[in-house]
This record gives sequence, C-alpha cells and structure tokens, in this order.
Amino acid sequence: MDIIISNLAGVPIYQQIKEQVKAAIIAGTVQEGEMLPSVRQLARDLQVSVITTTRAYSDLEQEGFVVNMQGKGCFVKPPDADFIREQTLKEMEGNFLSAIQAGRLIALGDDDIRGMLDILLKEEENG
Amino acid sequence: MDNILSVQGLSKHFKGFSLTDVSFSLPKGYIMGFIGPNGAGKTTTIKLMLNMLRRDAGSVSMLGMDSVVRETDIKQRLGVVMDQAFYVGEWRLTDVEKALKPFYTKWSGDTYANLLKRFDLDKAKKVKDLSRGMKMKLMIAAALSHQAELLILDEPTSGLDAVVRDELMDILLDFISDENKGVLFSTHITADLEKIADYITFISGGRVLMSDLKDDLMEKYLDVRGGLGTLNAEQRNALIGYKEHSVGFEGLVEKEKLALLPKDVVVQPCTLDELVIRFNLEGKKHDA
Repeated sequence: MDIIISNLAGVPIYQQIKEQVKAAIIAGTVQEGEMLPSVRQLARDLQVSVITTTRAYSDLEQEGFVVNMQGKGCFVKPPDADFIREQTLKEMEGNFLSAIQAGRLIALGDDDIRGMLDILLKEEENG
Repeated sequence: MDNILSVQGLSKHFKGFSLTDVSFSLPKGYIMGFIGPNGAGKTTTIKLMLNMLRRDAGSVSMLGMDSVVRETDIKQRLGVVMDQAFYVGEWRLTDVEKALKPFYTKWSGDTYANLLKRFDLDKAKKVKDLSRGMKMKLMIAAALSHQAELLILDEPTSGLDAVVRDELMDILLDFISDENKGVLFSTHITADLEKIADYITFISGGRVLMSDLKDDLMEKYLDVRGGLGTLNAEQRNALIGYKEHSVGFEGLVEKEKLALLPKDVVVQPCTLDELVIRFNLEGKKHDA
C-alpha cells in the first residue's frame, strides 16, 4: 500500500491518509486481516503528527474498514459488501450533488444536467 | 490522559516584561510546539520550568513530579537542548561523555556511540570545531544517552539548514514512537512544527493566547483576503489581525464567523505562521 501526501491538495492530511487506505482496501491491495503500520510508525514515515494518523485510523475504524486492537495494532476488517456499497452510494450522492450545484451556478436546468450525465455514461461505456 | 508535562499559572515579573499566568499541559506520547514571536516569553518559560530562574508564582510538574521538590529526580530523566551547546569548546566528543556520565545513573555508552555514528559525528573532534547543526545533534545524543523521557528543546532549529532540520524531525518522531515520552519544542520556524507537532501552545506578550491540538487550531481559523471596500465595519471587526494595503485586505476569521462575510472574499486554510502574525497584529491593536 502506498500513501502519498500532498501539501497543496487543500485536503486535510488525515483525510488524505484515510481516503488512500480506504482505496487500497477496496482495491484489495491490502487484504483482510493484514496489519497496517502503527500510528506512530506512519507518523514517523510521513513526517506528520501522531494525532493526525490517529485520527485517520479512528475514522477508518468508525467507517468499518479496520479494527484497532489495543496494544496489537490496526487490522483490516473482512470486507463488508453491504457496507462498502452503502459508502460508495453515499459518496456518489455527494459527488452528484456538487455537480448539480456547480451547474446551478451557470443556470443549467434539470434537462441540461440529465443530458450531460447521459453523454458521460455513453462515453464511459465506449471506453 | 497522563500528562508528562504540566505548567500551571507560571508568572514572573521583570522590569519591562512580565510572564503572566502561563498554563499548558502535554499528554504522554506527543510533541508540543511552543510558538510565538521573539520576546514573547518562550525562553523565559523554559528557564522557569528548569529552575534556571526563580518564579514569582505557579507550579510545574514533569513526569508526574513537582519540578522544584524533585528537581534532581526529574533532571535524571529530562533532556534539554538549548540554542547553544553548554560544553567546553576544547572537549573532544569522548570528553563530553566522560564529563556527563558521572551525573546520570542511566547513562549508556553504547547508545552514545551509536548515536554519534548515526548523526555522523566524529568522536575525536572538539566541540568548538562542530558546526551549529552538529552541536544540536550532539546535545540530542547526550539527552538520549541518559535515557531522557521528556525532551525540552529551545529554538533547536534556529540557524540550521533544511537538511538538518529535516533530520531533527525524524529524530523526534523516532523518539516518541515510544508512547511514554514527550517533546516540548520552542521555535519561531513554524514550518517544522506544521508537520510533526500534535499540540501547539502559542504565547505572545508573556501570555498564552491558545494551547490546543494543532489540527483543531488549523481547522478553526481561515485565511481571508479580498478587495478594499468589500467589508463593512462590523465584518472588519470580526476579523483577527485585519490589515489593509493599497489593493485589498487580509485577515483571519474563525470558521463559525465565516457566514458573516460576503461571498466574494477569498478563503483558504491558514498556516501557523499566519496564525502567529495575525494574532500578534490583533494584540498590538488592542494595546494601542
């Protein structure tokens, strides 16, 4: 698993860590039961504060991706298909919503927005 | 949580400068950055903590012990790095060990030798021939060789190049990989702390303005810029360290107050430097 922190992204570092670990779990780069680097190890390697890595891990735990075992480490949980599906749906909703809001700024109507989505869906289908 | 360091109501009055009611605490396992402009009282606070100055009021506890009552016990387990080395210039690094060893019950010659190697310090060299960065690393080597659990560093990075500063960040993060240790680190080079500090204590004019988790502080305040005439008087007052120049304004705003501002201002995350500058400016305004 690689974690690459950008200082220019404007996204808080704990969130960057969280998203990248999550992506690695969903993609299967890290497997169920695998131990993640400890919060202190990760802080040291990325040169970020321990609070930051702790926050990323506890968010991941809350979202059901890992389990923190006191004194043992942080382990990847068996993938919960329903949960991941729900998470992904939530994320899609958020992304759609911000696209709609952007469209409203330049006064796009419902049909314009649907039209754009249709075009994109077709493009994606044709690779 | 267990505090490895706790400062309560520390005060000291000098002619022309007072340190007033300084309080903060650091839980075990974390790094605290102690920031503020020059002359804010950082070094005075540290000297009071180490009993190098006599305090007027307040108390300090380190490693769970009172800093006055159990001074010798604490200093066995405390590592201090000041901005200048306090070793004799003519000493070779082997002499530094000979001089320090008798004072510490837990001195480890192996650790000292390993650290000198790791820090690329030649033990045959004399202290006076070391560069500034090497002296800083020597002081850290000495602190770690007597198994210090709490490190207090006063401006350790001033005058050091980026490479050595980066090395120090690694050394400190290594140090706290044992969660029973702690670091207090005063500096005016906030870029170093921006990365590794867990807590920030911000002192200005002898008073603590804030002491909190770094991430919370950075989230609480936002940097705002915009054109002249965009803000009315009430909105200007909501900003911290509001400053106008010929083609616009700059300031800091608390996240909750962002809604008060018009939509056409530019809002971005703030840096620790900006926090220091803006709060300092705001403080001066009230003094005037």
